[in-house]
Amino acid sequence: MTAWVVRRVAASVAIVFAVVTLTFFLMALAPGEEMLGQDERQVDPQVREELRRQFGLDQPPLVRYVRYLGQLARGNLGVSFALHRPVADALAEAMPNTLLLAGAALFVDFLVGLALGIYQALRVHRLPDVVLGNVTLFLYSVPTFWLALILLLVFGAWLRWFPVAGMSDPIICPSVASFYCAMDRLWHLALPALTLGFVGAAGTARFQRAAMLEVAAQDYIRTARAKGASERRVVLRHQLRNALLSFITLFGLAFPFLLTGAVLIETIFAWPGMGRLATDAILRRDFPVVNAAVLIASTLVVGGNLLADLLLAAADPRLRVRGGEGEAA
Amino acid sequence: MTLQAWFALLATFVASTWAVGALRRRMARHEAGRRFFRHPTAAWGMGVLAFFVLVAVAAPLVTSFDPRDQLDIVNLKSQPPSWSNILGTDVYSRDLWSRVAFGARISLIVGALGMLVAITLGTLVGAVAGYYRRWVDAVLMRGVDVGLALPRIFVMLMAVALFGRLPLAILVLVIGLTSWFGTSRLVRAEVLSVRERDFVAAARAMGAGPGRVIFRHVLPNAAAPIIVSAALGIGNVLLLEAALSFLGIGVAPPAPSWGNMIADGAPYLATAPWTTLFPGFAIALVVMALNAVADALRDALDPRQEAT
Repeated sequence: MTAWVVRRVAASVAIVFAVVTLTFFLMALAPGEEMLGQDERQVDPQVREELRRQFGLDQPPLVRYVRYLGQLARGNLGVSFALHRPVADALAEAMPNTLLLAGAALFVDFLVGLALGIYQALRVHRLPDVVLGNVTLFLYSVPTFWLALILLLVFGAWLRWFPVAGMSDPIICPSVASFYCAMDRLWHLALPALTLGFVGAAGTARFQRAAMLEVAAQDYIRTARAKGASERRVVLRHQLRNALLSFITLFGLAFPFLLTGAVLIETIFAWPGMGRLATDAILRRDFPVVNAAVLIASTLVVGGNLLADLLLAAADPRLRVRGGEGEAA
Repeated sequence: MTLQAWFALLATFVASTWAVGALRRRMARHEAGRRFFRHPTAAWGMGVLAFFVLVAVAAPLVTSFDPRDQLDIVNLKSQPPSWSNILGTDVYSRDLWSRVAFGARISLIVGALGMLVAITLGTLVGAVAGYYRRWVDAVLMRGVDVGLALPRIFVMLMAVALFGRLPLAILVLVIGLTSWFGTSRLVRAEVLSVRERDFVAAARAMGAGPGRVIFRHVLPNAAAPIIVSAALGIGNVLLLEAALSFLGIGVAPPAPSWGNMIADGAPYLATAPWTTLFPGFAIALVVMALNAVADALRDALDPRQEAT
């Protein structure tokens, strides 16, 4: 078991390393010039040369790569070309915002998704299941950013229940920390988090419903019924517990969805997070920021999968026996 | 809309319902076909797909305006739906229904071709990895791990940042090249189980080479999950195209695609919401139909699983 965990962790680290290397060379070997300031036209050729030298861009890619790895090993992410500040600072500003958004969305996703999926499975083929099935199918099929726009229109522009952009009241709250501002934060968070959460919840609900129904057809459920277990006990102790196993896998898959969703949602709601930072950086060829963003994104994706695998192995004794062969999930 | 366009639209509507009915009667002869249509949503899904495909094919007939034509920038700017422009006009006074109909061509072609590239590549890689196993499998699957770890939207953004706005063919190719990782895992798992069956051993014993064994014996017996993932794949590519166009890196205007129509309409959301609403509904309808069909296909092609 320990050997298996060590192997899985090592493999995950290797994957992240490969992704970072791949991105580095893709960006380094591509044709064209980097943007070295907010406005390219203002940069004088001589200054430009000096800047290129300072950033080490006059070196061949392989040398830059080795230097980059050396700095990375010391925890130094470098200095952004376009923002003229350490990448770590820019990330430190953007990361908490994205984590807040993604965390809230994940909470809504799993809470609503699980509840709906379980409820539907218990009312299978009856009216509530059919209605909810169509609603979740619709949400599952809709472009996330389109739904965001529609919700923005209805709840932001027409009903005026929620603010249309930003993270907080721009006049009072940046300088003052108070209960009012905390509530204001939450109020700004509601619409983007609910959009991302509901779209995710539709997928989770469909998945969970299928998992519940699959378990319901198993022999041990029939055995439990035959032994006279109450319906409540059958559902909670036997059906739900086993259906939650496959939910763990879904947990690992949620990260890529949230990352992609965050890029679009942050653009629409003017949410100053990782998605926007990364998008801007990629379009400006701001390598240090791109590399850092890719590093974080791939770590999240791979880490999510790893965590799901480990949780699954911990939760499912059947996998622990087979775990030695290295094939979980 | 002219009378002729209304008639053509009615005809596509009737034709799509008829096509689904005919298909249903034909498929009723097979067990799998009956199982497919036993799903209440399967017929609806097929109908919606048939309708949009017909609209795309017959786009010049079912519309009365050129999708790029700015009709009357002064008087017809951002008009709500009316009898002459049934879905209204956008901010450049272009007829929205024409754009939705012609946009169906581009969006559906991007979806279908992008999926085709992805499925072909995914199937090939999965089959080779699953068939040869050992180091071939290890190398290919570690590559897939890396591909899955890199968020697709970042890859697309990078491609655009490095090479500028992508022409449609390249866009389709890049979408296809970044969408096959999941499929290859699926196919590999299926091939691993099929290759151990007796008829594969028999074929090999009779001297069939690896190419013949893979294409004639293994893949046809692993087709079910591939077909289902193809149906889901078109929907995913449609959503991806929409997202990319929205970020301004997808299909280049003025050619209409459903994604760039939403992007065009978004700034005028408050004053002309229909320009954003209708293309989004079109995407939602088609993707919903594809998901419903994929659900039904899964049940029809996999008799082991209970119909749920």
